[in-house]
Amino acid sequence: MIGYTIRRVLIALPTLLVVLTITFVLVRIAPGDPAEVRLGDYASKEAVEALRKEMGLDKSMWVQYLKTLKGLLKGDFGRSMINGRPISADLKRSLPYTLELTLLGIIFGAIFGIPTGVYTALRRNTFADYIGRTLSLAGLSFPTFYLGILLMLAFAIKIPLFPVVGGGDIHNFADNLHHLVLPGLTLGLIMTAYVTRMARSSVLNLLNEDYVRTARAKGLAERKVIYIHLLRNALLPIIALIGIYSIVLIGGSVMVEIVFSRPGLGKMMIGALKQRDYTTLQAVMITFAGFVVLINLITDLAYGLIDPRVKYK
Amino acid sequence: MKQNSKHRKALKAFLRNRTSLIGAIISVIMLSIAILAPWISPYDPLKQNVYYRLTPPERSHLLGTDEYGRDVLSRVFTGARISFFVGIASIFIGMIIGTGVGIVAGYLGGKLETIIMRILDILLSFPDEVFGVMVMIVLGPGVQNVIIAITVLMIPRFARLGHAPTLAIREADYVAAAKSIGASDLRIVIRHILPNIFGETLVMSTLWLGTAIRLEASLSFLGVGVPPPTPTLGNMVRVGVDFLAIAPWVSVFAGLAILISVFAFNLLGDGLRDITDPKIYAR
Repeated sequence: MIGYTIRRVLIALPTLLVVLTITFVLVRIAPGDPAEVRLGDYASKEAVEALRKEMGLDKSMWVQYLKTLKGLLKGDFGRSMINGRPISADLKRSLPYTLELTLLGIIFGAIFGIPTGVYTALRRNTFADYIGRTLSLAGLSFPTFYLGILLMLAFAIKIPLFPVVGGGDIHNFADNLHHLVLPGLTLGLIMTAYVTRMARSSVLNLLNEDYVRTARAKGLAERKVIYIHLLRNALLPIIALIGIYSIVLIGGSVMVEIVFSRPGLGKMMIGALKQRDYTTLQAVMITFAGFVVLINLITDLAYGLIDPRVKYK
Repeated sequence: MKQNSKHRKALKAFLRNRTSLIGAIISVIMLSIAILAPWISPYDPLKQNVYYRLTPPERSHLLGTDEYGRDVLSRVFTGARISFFVGIASIFIGMIIGTGVGIVAGYLGGKLETIIMRILDILLSFPDEVFGVMVMIVLGPGVQNVIIAITVLMIPRFARLGHAPTLAIREADYVAAAKSIGASDLRIVIRHILPNIFGETLVMSTLWLGTAIRLEASLSFLGVGVPPPTPTLGNMVRVGVDFLAIAPWVSVFAGLAILISVFAFNLLGDGLRDITDPKIYAR
């Protein structure tokens, strides 16, 4: 198991490297010169040149690339090209806001989505199933930002129960939670739609399996068939898919952070984008990539804990 | 004759499947509105009228007006036209390139296949919004560039869809037979592989059209997509957010149009998948 974990981490490294390289190249072929952006429209040519030199932009792409790589190995994301602050500090400040939001969304989705999915699958083609399917498809169709705006309109503007914008004080639990409710609900509801749908189809797939038929044929109580034979096997694909949709949820968190002005990674990314802050942008992308790799890893490992048939070769 | 009855059976199943029928009807209505927008809009979607700023919905402006006094209904119509155009164009181009890449990788095999599929996996594992923003940074805002960005996001999806069946077909006896009588690779791809993946690709295109429309809206909402004054459903929602407390209709109706369109394409695609997937159909 430990050997497998290490190997899985090693496999993930090239993925990170590819993402880093793509990001590095993309932000550098993007139009706009950060030195010019930083100095404004009226800066003299000499001043821009001097700043380019100071920021290391006059070096070749290769030198800049290797320098970035070397920094990352030491856990150093470098300094912001715009304000000169160390990016690691900004990341550390933003990360908790994104983490709590995404985690809440995943947990909410699992708690409400799995039971709904299983229930509707077992009562296939009834009224309850019909309603459940339609609602979950509607949830899939909802643009995250639109759901956020509607919730904001209803529960922050019309009925002012929750704050309209901001992330709250991360060190003040009550305040932080108060700010988290609506954004968390937005992501949670969308995740519930995804989880309901795939839980339903996972259970439906299993209903035709031989061992379910055998269990029923030998006269096992339906409740036992479901809890002992069906659900345990259905859990495996559900966990894998929760992993996949957690990545979708990270994309959703960017939208939610913009709607609610939460100071998380998504807001940091869009802010850096507007200022053409290459280094910050790069750091945020790498962090997102790290998340993706981490979620994939956790999903893989969770497989083995649930399904003894999975062997870690 | 046999072919004909198969089609009739599929059509019957389609009509019996209420959800896909409803999806199809709404999709057709929304598409018609988008196509006919210039002729059915009550006002010029770009015409400003400061005397009617942020008017609530009333008889002369059914969905109200925005911060420049422009008619929201007319802007939703035109916005839908542009959003749908972006969605359909990117799905179409993405389908052609993506399916091509998938088939080539699957058919040729070897190291090239491994490298292509590995890169596609990495691209696919990235959240759409994050990757889309990355591409838009390089391209800059604009309708054409949003189409390119969404196409780039769709290529890996279509490639994967085309890749898996190609692998199986490559090894099939009838392909070996075709080869033995001297059929060229191109002929095998066109005569044997394409027909096999055509159905599923078409069904998924419907589902992904919803995704593409949602993505356009997301990118424009983030401010990296289509810039104002050109109305798209996404940037209308974005602009309306600033007036949410005093004039919620600006955002709400544009967003509703996105929701209805995406929902319709999802219903249609979902129903089509149920009908065409023999495993589900048999149940």
